[in-house]
Amino acid sequence: MGCTGPEGEKMTVIVCRCEDITEEDILAAIEDGYCEIEILKRHLRIGMGPCQGKTCISLLERILKRELGTSSDKIGRPTARPPSRQVSFAILAGDDHE
Amino acid sequence: MNEKAGVVIIGGGINGVGIAYNLAKKGYTDVVVLEKDYLGSGASGRNGGGIRQQWSTRENIELAIESTKMFEKLHEELDTEFEFIQGGYLVLAFTDEEITQFKKNVKLQNELGLNSVYISPEEAKEIVPKLNILKVKGATFNGTDGIIYPFPVVYGYARAARKMGVDIREHTTVTDIVTDGKEITAVKTDKGIIETDTVVNAAGGWSTEIAKMAGVELPNRPYRHEIMVTEPFAHFLDPMIISFHHGIYFNQAAHGNIVGGIGNPKEYPGINQRASLWFLRTMAKTLVEFIPNFSAVNMIRQWAGLYDTTPDAQPILGEVPEVDRFFQVNGFSGHGFMVSPVVDKVTAELILGETPSMNIDRLKVTRFEGMDLEKEYSVVG
Repeated sequence: MGCTGPEGEKMTVIVCRCEDITEEDILAAIEDGYCEIEILKRHLRIGMGPCQGKTCISLLERILKRELGTSSDKIGRPTARPPSRQVSFAILAGDDHE
Repeated sequence: MNEKAGVVIIGGGINGVGIAYNLAKKGYTDVVVLEKDYLGSGASGRNGGGIRQQWSTRENIELAIESTKMFEKLHEELDTEFEFIQGGYLVLAFTDEEITQFKKNVKLQNELGLNSVYISPEEAKEIVPKLNILKVKGATFNGTDGIIYPFPVVYGYARAARKMGVDIREHTTVTDIVTDGKEITAVKTDKGIIETDTVVNAAGGWSTEIAKMAGVELPNRPYRHEIMVTEPFAHFLDPMIISFHHGIYFNQAAHGNIVGGIGNPKEYPGINQRASLWFLRTMAKTLVEFIPNFSAVNMIRQWAGLYDTTPDAQPILGEVPEVDRFFQVNGFSGHGFMVSPVVDKVTAELILGETPSMNIDRLKVTRFEGMDLEKEYSVVG
């Protein structure tokens, strides 16, 4: 699988920009038997970077469904972890204004 | 007709797959591992990856020393990269009581062959120049402690065990353990019955529930412990830093992220793996106090896992009096991963009736029957 350029050459498709994970990496991991989103996340670190999987997890879900020909309940869906956006410790540690 | 298995292991965490691997390595593969979620979905996939040998009880120190030696070679044996980095553990003292306890710990650790040292706050600052030592009264350091990425260890064991013929089943929930008098006869799951006379309870935070199915009461209780990770940045921190006084631990993983947790003394027992705002605020405040430069760092994710905690914070291993061939591998109280190599090896030996390479009799559940306990002091997180 994967994409080809105008001359038929192989092109790299980046799926997770934060952790630099390509479609090829994902296909190789599926080949190695990592077939659930939670497991792929831990194996490849896909979706574990600063954006927390906002775009890549949906793409990963599609690739998994395509490759395994299976439904969503079989491949799982990772728990959304707080915070929804990254926050600096300076803000988190700030004084409470009551 | 029901399936049959020589050994049924309940729990697909580090110890479940580790014991399966050790049995298979000895040529025994009539083993089924049952995991209700995915492998490593419990504490094995949620912990901070610390590998520490600086403990206060003889049992924990011995288990940890032997296990660390085994971790040093395990990646070759399993042909997997774990990112095991031995940057040491820096344990900080903030009270006079801690200084007394730490000196006692180091003495015992040295007697057992560990080269840990008691150091001054200034020496601690030499190891971590960005550390705020204003309130630090002393510290201990051991250079062969370190951190590991837990997930590939779990998967490395599972892959190797499966290759040798072990049957590892995910998304399979144990619903009952059937006994006839003192003997186990079968394990019931949501997908069928497996006849067996030998069961290993390696279910972590769920091990008390599992034991009840066989009519066995364990004193362990699950407690939520929360943890977080920051964005990755350039390497600057070698050791894991911990303080029992604050209940905090943190390190910089191989990937560059700061990983750390802080315990909530008001936590109630129960199966709760949700994230709290209390943790986030307390972690941030304490972290910035320890290393002021952290104020500019972004936190990206928080989660939680369960400590399967016993009254003395030491694990429960070996058989139980009520039921034959019901092996316990639980109650690790937040330090199960780091002692798993030797625990899994010894448990495999006990299952096969061999002489164990380490005597674990003092860690049997019977120790809780009206005897005075030697409590492990050095629990963090």
